[in-house]
Amino acid sequence: MTNKTVLHAKHLEAGAKMVDFHGWEMPINYGSQIEEHHAVRKDAGMFDVSHMTIVDIQGADAKAYLQRLVINDVAKLEVAGKALYTGMCNDEGGVIDDLIIYHFTSTDYRLVVNSATREKDLAWMTKQATGFDITITERPEYGMIAVQGPEAKAKVASILSTEQNQAIEGMKPFFGVQAGDLFIATTGYTGESGYEIVVPEAATADLWQQLVDAGVAPCGLGARDTLRLEAGMNLYGLDMDETVSPLAANMAWTISWEPSERNFIGRDVLAAQREAGDQPKLVGLVMTEKGVLRTGLKVVTEAGEGVITSGTFSPTLQHSIAMARVPRSVKVGDVVEVEMRKKLVSVKVVKPSFVRNGKSQLD
Amino acid sequence: MSNIPSELKYATSHEWVRNEGDGTVTIGITEHAQELLGDMVFVELPEVGESVSTGDDVAVAESVKAASDIYAPVSGEVLAVNEELEDSPELVNSDAFGDGWMFKIKLDDASELENLLDAEGYENSIDED
Repeated sequence: MTNKTVLHAKHLEAGAKMVDFHGWEMPINYGSQIEEHHAVRKDAGMFDVSHMTIVDIQGADAKAYLQRLVINDVAKLEVAGKALYTGMCNDEGGVIDDLIIYHFTSTDYRLVVNSATREKDLAWMTKQATGFDITITERPEYGMIAVQGPEAKAKVASILSTEQNQAIEGMKPFFGVQAGDLFIATTGYTGESGYEIVVPEAATADLWQQLVDAGVAPCGLGARDTLRLEAGMNLYGLDMDETVSPLAANMAWTISWEPSERNFIGRDVLAAQREAGDQPKLVGLVMTEKGVLRTGLKVVTEAGEGVITSGTFSPTLQHSIAMARVPRSVKVGDVVEVEMRKKLVSVKVVKPSFVRNGKSQLD
Repeated sequence: MSNIPSELKYATSHEWVRNEGDGTVTIGITEHAQELLGDMVFVELPEVGESVSTGDDVAVAESVKAASDIYAPVSGEVLAVNEELEDSPELVNSDAFGDGWMFKIKLDDASELENLLDAEGYENSIDED
């Protein structure tokens, strides 16, 4: 059974090529994913992310529950609307999913998790809720549109009411606010500024059309992937999964070790791994010659083998980039080899962040 | 359904062949093939002067999605390659049967053309995919 988002008809109307994405029929592109990519880097583009799973956690123990559930500490969220990115680990310290948590009050939080992991996430969250006074409420009655790019905020502002514009004025990155019937957040998955907007299902198609009319280009999953990879953002299922430690997925920064008595799930295992320094790490790779680094290719280093977790052609940089999991002793600036089409090709190791705000992060 | 010009010949591996009538042919990949591959980012072409045999992998079309081998649909000598594709691989997407051509071959044996599919045969072969 294939799920369709509330924007399905809009995608077909715009000539989208639809593909199956973990049980959802989603647009891969509307003609050219490279043009869509450039629209986001240079102007404004939008993505239907209504397939993503919104879960509200409410109740007296909401804060304590999340302090146990995820590796970052929601106690850091003191201001209403502030958000954080983190991972949810199993007892073995493997990443069940990555997610964003919005804080409204210490008894009211909103989580946005991946659609591909929806069922196992909900099952895990429900299992861990035992003994906590909370409710876990999925919110499928909302659509979600990500509007991204240097002109995204201005174009969104042009279609909002005065009250809504006042509500979001000057909002810093990683915040969310309810503005009328829209929940508007300064988050995204592209390395550009912009918003992710949660909108009641019945109003989603209208909002999409208003954004089209305001000059925002519809963009598919193809561009979403090249944009997030240029931005050095992980994709669950490729760059990490339940068999991978956050320490091996460039997610160490999303773990809050203090206070030391906070007993989050997976803490013992992760602390031991950190102490031992035995986890591989996720780095960026850059190849300036012809060809495209692809997921699954073997990486050969002096310290041992690694693997490309995500690779693509970077439309902004005009050459291939990748994220790869390699032995920890591999350093930024090293040259390593990738086995592609039966030959070894030299590639440079860089920090896993290639493009931000339209600009190359490479030297 | 994508465009399949009736004046061209086709290989099941999605190359098109235009008989220039002077013992040479022009070769590219079909609109259907470029649709499957998505945006082209690199095209690796054969060397001019190279001798190729039917079925040899002689070029590579690399798109955002995958690298795909291009096979010689006929035997002969490579007379020319489309150098425009070096800087503008997207021509394969925008004009697969025209400006997106890949290489020209001087036929060893003109009768080889008879082994290729006509437009209808190619359309049927796609439907079976």
